[in-house]
This record gives sequence, structure tokens and C-alpha cells, in this order.
Amino acid sequence: MAIGETIRNSQIWKSIFRHPMPLDRRNRIVVMLTNFFLHLHPVSIKKQGIALSFTWCMGGVTFFLFLVETVTGVLLMFYYRPTLEWAYNDILALRDVTSLGILRELHRWGAHAMVITTWLHMYRVFLTGSYKPPREFNWVIGVILLLLTLLLSFTGYLLPWDQLAIWAITVGSNMARATPILGYEGPGQQLLTIGGIDMITDGSDARFGLLGARFVGEETLNRFYVLHCIAIPLAAALLLAIHFWRVRKDGGISGPL
Amino acid sequence: MHSSGFFLNDVAGFLGGYYTFLAIMNGIAAFLLWRKKDAPGWALVWSVFAGVMMILASLALSASKSMVPALPEAVRGLVNSLSGPVLYTLGTTALFTGLFVFRKFFVQPMVAWSVLNFTLLLLGLSMADENFAAIVMKPDNVPIVGLVYLLAFFTWVATKQAVVNDERIKQGLPVVEKVNDEKVLVWPDLVYTELICMVGVSALLLVWALFLPAPLEEPASSVKTPNPSKAPWYFLGLQEMLVYFDPWYAGVVLPSLVVFGLMAMPYLDFNKKGNGYYSIEERKFSYLVYQFGFFELWITLIILGTFLRGPNWNFFGPFEYWTPYKVEVLNNVDLPQMFWVQWLNQPLPRAPQDAGLLSQIGFIFLREAPGLLIMGVYLVALPPLMAVTIFRGFYAKMGFIRYMVMSNLMLLMLTLPLKMILRWTVNLKYIISIPEFSLNF
Ligand code: HEM
Repeated sequence: MAIGETIRNSQIWKSIFRHPMPLDRRNRIVVMLTNFFLHLHPVSIKKQGIALSFTWCMGGVTFFLFLVETVTGVLLMFYYRPTLEWAYNDILALRDVTSLGILRELHRWGAHAMVITTWLHMYRVFLTGSYKPPREFNWVIGVILLLLTLLLSFTGYLLPWDQLAIWAITVGSNMARATPILGYEGPGQQLLTIGGIDMITDGSDARFGLLGARFVGEETLNRFYVLHCIAIPLAAALLLAIHFWRVRKDGGISGPL
Repeated sequence: MHSSGFFLNDVAGFLGGYYTFLAIMNGIAAFLLWRKKDAPGWALVWSVFAGVMMILASLALSASKSMVPALPEAVRGLVNSLSGPVLYTLGTTALFTGLFVFRKFFVQPMVAWSVLNFTLLLLGLSMADENFAAIVMKPDNVPIVGLVYLLAFFTWVATKQAVVNDERIKQGLPVVEKVNDEKVLVWPDLVYTELICMVGVSALLLVWALFLPAPLEEPASSVKTPNPSKAPWYFLGLQEMLVYFDPWYAGVVLPSLVVFGLMAMPYLDFNKKGNGYYSIEERKFSYLVYQFGFFELWITLIILGTFLRGPNWNFFGPFEYWTPYKVEVLNNVDLPQMFWVQWLNQPLPRAPQDAGLLSQIGFIFLREAPGLLIMGVYLVALPPLMAVTIFRGFYAKMGFIRYMVMSNLMLLMLTLPLKMILRWTVNLKYIISIPEFSLNF
């Protein structure tokens, strides 16, 4: 007790937390207003807005999984090199040699879980009609977040560079070959012909743009690695910030008028 | 393949734990019901059930072929021989319809609990089948089992509240969410809930990661194509659509439409009711459209694509061995073929050898006239027709543009089930088939 008291009275502690413990009403309000992480939340909220039966806490769980993926992902990056020579062997070593043997499991199952919780969150938002005015635009941002979540999962699927990985990505990206007009085998690709020269070939079509090559190869691995570790997470982080901001600005969690 | 000793050794431990878990789960339920004193009958039922589960657990742990509880061979054979894409789709449709129509019955906790127990028991009995277990236990397929139960659970949670609210609205009472609108402080109420959720999710993820190793197959090889080659599970609904449509539609246009349709949804749903609380009666149309799209056209197709599609994308029953040698007769016919050759007894219209480009295109149009006509009527004539008939009220409230977007999105969404039905009934392959421009529909 005395030690706790001393710590809480120290200059260091007081420089971090500018108020006493949130034990009474006043300080419970102050903590929400002064703490950077908590100020995402309002100070007080309608009881039904935080009922688990109403929100299922699914948006929160999805966000938490995003954070878990970020942390485990950074740790995985310490061990993994995205080249044909190393990718598979690094994953193998991660299983057989490295300590903390469940890092890859946490990251992979966390990713699957995040896809599932995103769907469930969206399902809840639909079922409570929370996409209706004034929250239409936040729903639109949500749809983009859903897309980014799926793309994160998809780009990550390739990185272990095993049979499961390249064939899943091959099957998935083969679709791009059939993009109307822009895909090598898509309807109407003949239309983009300039002076008798076909503009859309297997070396210039939508699938090539996705893979960086005519088939899933080293260029694809590099491309998906960069997308997976940098581009998509950054985009998702930005949109998440806007998403949360909008939840507040649209009047907090929805409820009957 | 028949259950070998090795296989039973492998699953015995799992099944033992599984049935024990069911026993504990039902034991707790029985205890809680008994303490509440208003349902002693149910308390007895679930404690007996828990006892039976304990017996099943010990039988399973024996790991001997004659003891491990399993579905009779004959039942499995029957299920295999009966199942196919048609029955699967009709069956799930009937199931969803039944659940929806009789939702007041199914949301009762004891009914829901019985259904849960029944499906869990069925899953356990099926897991003793080697072929079933081989597919369901694939590490990347395990999440889908979780998804199914989570969806069922949350649908129950939501429907239960919607049923209560709908009843209250009918009686002129405010919805439950409205009653509950006193304000509370975020610290501690929300912050602690969030903390507990985080701890719970972390625990779950840790257990999952400890018990289920992440898959790692042989090193990638661009010459050894696995059969079947499958996309990641969340895209298998799209891959299943490839059975009915070419990649340009199933893999590019339809997914884009799904994304666009979802984004457009808040702007198309003009119903102001049902905002911020669970309700079904107040927004039946949007509810049914969403559930149809989500459950019928997305989730059930993922399950079909994951668990029931084997080598060469052939259909396999849940207890069937995935042999690559299964042959399915494909005798699908294009509409032009049907129209010109089968019905009119003529050869397909074809441009003469030395015809110019325009005349060739003219002949293509002639050949495809039936399909183009059908699609024209479907996409161009149907929306205005519906605007003056079944959707008259909608049209008045939505205005021209919004109505057109909505009706076209709905019609495009329905192309999938319609094409399925045409495939199953008249073996239709393509309605429009213009290989000259890689345009098959
Ligand atoms: C990466 C994925 C996502 C994360 C981390 C996320 C996070 C959140 C959080 C924390 C909330 C607060 C309320 C709650 O927890 O339910 C929320 C609300 C909301 N989300 Fe998301 N979300 C995601 C994806 C989506 C998607 C896919 C949609 C819909 C297409 C969506 C639409 C909404 C809407 C409309 C609200 C306001 C709901 C209300 O006020 O009741 N979000 N989101």
C-alpha cells in the first residue's frame, strides 16, 4: 500500500497520469478526457450502446485482432525473407528451430479470425439497421475495410511459398485474366488494339499487373510481401482511424431515436 | 476408404475430449436450470444427456472400431448417394426458410439448445468417419466450422431480440433498446467490458494456436498442380460460381457488384424504421434480401466449395472418399444450340467464309438472338415493368435513379440462382455464347 502510494505520488507517475485513480465520478470522467488511448471513447454512453447483446463487441474484437496481427506480423518479419531462396526455408525454420514456436499459428489463425469477425461485425451493423442515416458513409468505409481485410489475408496466404500458397494465389489471380477488356482472356480484350497491335497480352493485362509476371513467381512474392506488410496495413490503419472518428461524429453507437 | 485402425487412434483422443466437453457443457446448463427452479424437467433432460455424452466419451477413447460411436455405414452411404448440388441447395434453402418462418419457435432457449446439441452430436458422430474427418480437420478448414457455429449463435442472439422488439412494437410499447437508454460512464462500464473481451479473445487464440499447427505443405512447385486447386476459403463461394459462369462474370463482375451493392445499400434502403435496434417485421424486405445474399449466395457456397468439392471440382458427399477418378457426365448445351438445332432443326447461323467483319458480326447477332432477347427483356424491360407492378410503392418513394440501381442490382444478383436452376433443369450451359469475343454468359 505504502509503495503504491509512493509510486502514485512520484513526479514520474504524475507526469504521465495527470489525475488520481479513476475511483470517483470526477476522476472517471477526467481519465477519459486526458488519456490518449481512451479519448477515442466518449465520457458517458447509453447503456444499450455497450450491451454485449447489442454490439457483440465485434468491431472492437476485429480491431484487437488487427493489433494482434500487427504485433505478430512485425515479429514474423524478423525471421522471414521474401525470396524464392529463403521464403519456404524461413517458415520451415520458424516451425522447427525458432523458439516461441506458435508465432506463425497466432498470426495465421488471427487472420482467419479477423475475416470472420469482420463479417460478424458487418452482420450486426446490418441487423441493427445501423447503416441508416446518419451512418451511411461509415458503412461505405466499412465495406472498404472489409475489402482490405480480405486482401490482407489473400496477400499473406502466398508468403509461406508452399504448394498451398502458390496454387491458392494462382487460382485466385487467374480471375484477373478474365477481366472484361483489360484481361488477356476477358471478353472484349480485342477492342484495345491500336494500329493492328494488340495492347492486352499476357504480359500487359490485369493479371500481369497483379502478379508482376506471367505466373506466380518471385516478382509476385515481392509484390505481395510489400502489399501485405506495408501498403495494405497503412491503408487499413488510415481507414480505421476515419471509421472510429466517424462512429463518434455520427452520434456514437446507434440506438432508437 | 474404410476406417483404418490408425485413423481411429488419431481421432480417439480428440473425440474423447469433444464428448467430455459436451458433457460438461450440458452439466453446467442442467445445473443452472435446476438453480433457477423454473424448468426442472429440462434440467433432468440435460443431465441425462450429459451422462450419455460421458458414456460416448469413454467409448470413443477405446479407439476400437466396434466401440467408437459413429453413424451406421448404411446411413453414411445413403447420405453420400443422395447428396448433390441440387439437394444441397434446396435443402439449405428449405432450412433457412423454416428457421425464418418459425423463428418465434426456434429462438426459445431450450429449442435452440436442443438444436445446438443435435448438431454437435451429429458432428461428433461424423468425425469418426475417416473421409469426413480428413476434410474438416484440414487446418485451414477448421475456421469454417467455427464460422458456422458463430453465425448460428449470433443469428439466434439477434433474432431473439428482434422477436421481442417486434412483439413490443405490435403492442405499442417502446423497443427494448429504448427502455435501456439511461447514461452510464464509459469508465468503468465499457472499458472493463473491452478488457474482458480482449482477454477472452487472446485466450481463445492462444489455445487455438497451441493445439492446431499452421499448415505447411511441400515447397511451391509451378509444375505440380494439386487437384483440387482451391482459392483461400473466404473466396470459395466465388470459385463455386465458376461452375455456372465464366471467370469474367463469376470472378470479376459479380464480386465487383457485391462490393458496389454493399456500398450502395444505405442509399437504396429508404425505410427509416429499424434504425438502431433489432427488428425484422419493420424491415422485412431489406432483411430478406440481405439474408438471402449472405447466407444463400455466400456462406452456403463457401461450405459447398470447401467441404463438398473434391478433385476436378466434382461434388462429393460428406462421407465420400475424394478420388480423382470420379467421372461426371457433362452434357450441357448452349442456348443457341438448343434454339436453332434442337428446336428449329437448322444448323447454327454462320457467316459465309469470305464475309466481311460487319456481316460476321451480323451473323453472330442472329445466332445469339434468343439469348440477347432474353437478357434484354430481363435487364431492360423487367425493371420498368416491376416499377408499375410489384415495386410500385418502391418506385414512388425512391425516384428513377435509385430505383433503377436497386432493381438492376437485384436482378443481377438473381442471375446466379436462376442460372443454377436452368443448369439443373434443362442442362443449359450458356445463354449467350460468343467465343469470338470470349463473351459467354
Ligand atoms: C477492419 C474491420 C473493422 C473494424 C476494426 C471496425 C471497427 C468498428 C468499431 C470498433 C465500431 C464501434 C461499434 C462496434 O464495435 O460495433 C464500429 C462501428 C461501425 N462499423 Fe465497423 N469495423 C470494421 C469493419 C466494418 C465493416 C465491414 C462495416 C460494414 C460494411 C462497418 C460498419 C460500421 C458501422 C456502420 C458502424 C457504426 C455502428 C453503430 O453506430 O452502431 N465496419 N466499427
